[in-house]
Amino acid sequence: MSGGPWSMTTVTEIRDETARAKTYRLRFPAPVPFRPGQHVIIRLTAPDGYTASRAYSIASAPDPQRPDELEVTVELLEGGEVSGFLHEEVVVGDELEVRGPIGGWFVWDGTSPALLLGGGSGVVPLMSMLRTARATASTDRLRMIVSVRSADDLLYATELVGTELAGTEPAGTELAGTDPDPTVRVVYTRSAPEGSDRRAGRLTVEDLRAVLPPDAGVTPIAYVCGSAGFADSATRLLEEVGHPADRIRIERYGPSATA
Amino acid sequence: MAGFTRGFQGRGHEERDPRLPPGQYDAGTTWPVLTAEATPRMSHDQWTFTIEGLVDREVTWTWDEIHELPQSTYDGAIHCVTTWSKFDMHWEGVSVDTLLEAAGPSPAATHVMAFTHSGYTTNLPLEDVVGGKAWVAFAADGEPLTPDHGGPARLLVPHLYFWKSAKFVAGLRLLDHNAPGFWERNGYHDHGDPWREERYQGD
Repeated sequence: MSGGPWSMTTVTEIRDETARAKTYRLRFPAPVPFRPGQHVIIRLTAPDGYTASRAYSIASAPDPQRPDELEVTVELLEGGEVSGFLHEEVVVGDELEVRGPIGGWFVWDGTSPALLLGGGSGVVPLMSMLRTARATASTDRLRMIVSVRSADDLLYATELVGTELAGTEPAGTELAGTDPDPTVRVVYTRSAPEGSDRRAGRLTVEDLRAVLPPDAGVTPIAYVCGSAGFADSATRLLEEVGHPADRIRIERYGPSATA
Repeated sequence: MAGFTRGFQGRGHEERDPRLPPGQYDAGTTWPVLTAEATPRMSHDQWTFTIEGLVDREVTWTWDEIHELPQSTYDGAIHCVTTWSKFDMHWEGVSVDTLLEAAGPSPAATHVMAFTHSGYTTNLPLEDVVGGKAWVAFAADGEPLTPDHGGPARLLVPHLYFWKSAKFVAGLRLLDHNAPGFWERNGYHDHGDPWREERYQGD
């Protein structure tokens, strides 16, 4: 749970997720146990000792085959000192100083019913939860809604909506998510791709009702992650469908509307 | 750790503001919001503030009552553990010294647990909330605190990382020992001094 010491990790893989988001696979010098929803800190150090650090959510699921590795997804922010450096400068084989995993609140235990609501790049820690559920055959516990402006902004499209809607070639026959997953609903707020059964528009209570099992025995914990605006509106919708406030966990980022 | 990051020079650090603690950046005119829970919408009538625990007398103030106490201001910076700092803020509220004085802390008291109307807690040494270092704040930069920022009132302990400045603050419980609060049980540091980078347990 603690931040722990800094580790020097090696970047073993870099993947483009969208035009503005990349995933970095990091190999630690030792096994790095983590829980879905946790984050790490990446610290950059200049030759003169100047440092810049930022927190990034873990996107991958714990993998017993590769216990010393994890993946983070980094969205390129306008003027972002750290995200800009990671996107433009870092290549496979580079070393990055990393601390963590950190966080004991916005984490999924892997067994309790959970409702995941992600806006934009807020899907990253929720993806770790979904991937964990898929890896352990426990997707029956999860429902997920991802809200993005358009298909171009959807991270992990192949895994979330399947290869056909994502418009990509299957990378392999065993690729998870080749079939659209009934537990995942993607909401496009500005423009919906062709073939989509939902018109573009903001998240509504109907979207929530569409994924919530009508007769859930246990009220799931809702994990909400996204911008301040998304977190606020998602929380309000949850309250509107009667979801208890003490079963909502929120992780938000970015400036508030009232800054 | 020895060594530096290949290719990283850093941006603008030659004119780095000496008011910035290590590892922090200047958020400028924005004010990032971080919360862990649904933001309660509280009216002034529902809000109260209580000093309890190891005190001569437990005291509770309503919104109107606390506004009758001498008001106090803080001008300066705040520092969030997620690495942003915000400078030149102007805060208005009541000094925690004023509130403690009314309740009469027991000599045995060494720590406080701040608790909130939303069920959140955070622990602080008593010495970090006395001597003009802590406030119950109602307004920032001339505006009443919005729910986003913990309104109607939040604790303000600006010399520590900002998770210690509990939003929707409901009171302080005086204790004769240290006990971890919400974030502290979840991996964050018991004290949280930004100049010592006391971010996480073990720092």
